[in-house]
Amino acid sequence: MSGTIWVLAEHWRGQLSPVTYELLALGREVADALGVPLEAVLLGHGASGLAATLGCADSVLYGDHPALAEPMAQPYAEALAALALENRPAAVLIPLTNVSMGVGPLLAARLGCAGVNFAKDLTVRDGRIEAQCLLYGGKIQACVASAGGTVIEGVWPGARQADQGRSDRVPPVREVQLSLAEPRVRLKQYVDPEAGDVNLAEQEVLVAVGRGIQSQDNLELAENLAAALGGAVCGSRPVIDQGWLPLVRQVGKSGVTVKPKLYIAAGISGAPEHVEGMRDADVIVAINSDPSAPIFEVADYGIVGDALDVLPALAEAVEARKG
Amino acid sequence: MNILVLLKMVPDVVEELEIAPDGKSLASDALRMILSESDDHALEQALLLKERHGGVITVVAADGPEVDDALYTAAAKGADRVVKITGLEAGWGTRGLAHAFARVISTLPGLAPFDLILTGTQAIDDLDALVAPSVAYELDLPYVPIVSRVQVDPAAREADVFKEYPGGVRGEFAAPLPAMLGIQSAEKPPRYVPVAKVRAAMKTVKIEPAALATAADGGGPLVYVLAMAKPQASGRAEMLEGAPEEVAAKLCETLASRGLLAGRAA
Repeated sequence: MSGTIWVLAEHWRGQLSPVTYELLALGREVADALGVPLEAVLLGHGASGLAATLGCADSVLYGDHPALAEPMAQPYAEALAALALENRPAAVLIPLTNVSMGVGPLLAARLGCAGVNFAKDLTVRDGRIEAQCLLYGGKIQACVASAGGTVIEGVWPGARQADQGRSDRVPPVREVQLSLAEPRVRLKQYVDPEAGDVNLAEQEVLVAVGRGIQSQDNLELAENLAAALGGAVCGSRPVIDQGWLPLVRQVGKSGVTVKPKLYIAAGISGAPEHVEGMRDADVIVAINSDPSAPIFEVADYGIVGDALDVLPALAEAVEARKG
Repeated sequence: MNILVLLKMVPDVVEELEIAPDGKSLASDALRMILSESDDHALEQALLLKERHGGVITVVAADGPEVDDALYTAAAKGADRVVKITGLEAGWGTRGLAHAFARVISTLPGLAPFDLILTGTQAIDDLDALVAPSVAYELDLPYVPIVSRVQVDPAAREADVFKEYPGGVRGEFAAPLPAMLGIQSAEKPPRYVPVAKVRAAMKTVKIEPAALATAADGGGPLVYVLAMAKPQASGRAEMLEGAPEEVAAKLCETLASRGLLAGRAA
């Protein structure tokens, strides 16, 4: 149906991603504001059973094809483009996740339509969708509109609570036949991470370090504080890429999602890719020398200062308190 | 192997970003442009592949502030050819840039046939598109994003790549060559090159210009920035001020009062 809001129902390894429900909650708001239906688009092979929990949408469009057995960007974009040409949706909401990365830009290129990246929220004004986008690692917010016709909106995880998009209602499903090329890229296997010495997801206290830690030698400062607090050390992407901490200690988009009671982020700017992995911690403390660092947006307590000075002072204060 | 590396400059976010008087863009006089981080990793991955398999690396970037530096640095690290695209209209975004890359790759002598195109998987200002999938679409190449390992079997004409998934999971994919890879991380951190070597490259390396015929490239942007702002402080964070010892004492007090040091007090 023309003018509908579509949400790509992301699923991977047999399960719908929580972000799917977040986007349904957001899509519901947009569709209601525009007075149009909300439709979830589910792609896969033998995956129609996943449609049952997508009842936040008015309906589910299910496309089945062997080429869609894995959520790969090119066959997904090819399928979505074929469906969009037939149905002319007003907008297609696609999660900005590792699983779905590339789908949005490929789809926009195929359709020759506008594509917006980095949206953290969507609003409707004068019958038009405006995206609030987080650019430059979260340091700038831009209000973005598009030229008309279908728009592809790439939305960061966390735009809404997943629970808002869950529903007990079983939606009507229309299944469509797709004709797709055989994917040129072939999945050989998934490689699960080797178990590390600590399971970050089980830690109650985490001391996280980022680029601001400056060198591997300074990790000791974080380790001392973690020891004093009875927690573990983890890191953001640059620290892992430098090889200062192993992959199993990475928090964020490509790493672990954590929900500790206390998360101390030291020298971490707070790019959306990192925040995604830790925003649900009970208490967040941010230490950063840049007062405009986006990490302070999600923190409960903020300290503008050099992590290399604050970490040892904090470790000492905690130890002193223990007596 | 013939490897193309596509580079893009982005604002250095370590510097304070200022909004321009139009309220829709960044004030350019306050900007310091640097190579996009994942593009640096893409270059490093290309250099590692050249070390293993030999071949030629051609680096392509669009004209702009500091881009010559980035190209000379790439040459000093081991890139064989460096190409600068001129005539790209400002404000066309990543989509326009990707279109320019595709155009130059198909028209500049010696770039095709290639085995691999490597570029960063995403840049911090990719508001309207990403380079890797957009170029992959235009050149009809197999594409894998968020790649953190690349092994090539030249005889089999196939790349074996790792794509990052959530939770530290990696997907191992086989992509037939030629292919486009969006690189997240090279297998090693990008190498350091001494300034003296970059200076030497400036004297010996020629940056090849590739002019775009913009008249034929029509279209223009499909996405518009209505307003730009620094995110408003939610006021959520309670800011603790003072010398390190003072803030440490304050924070300790607060954490204790919230029971977060419970069980720690011996």
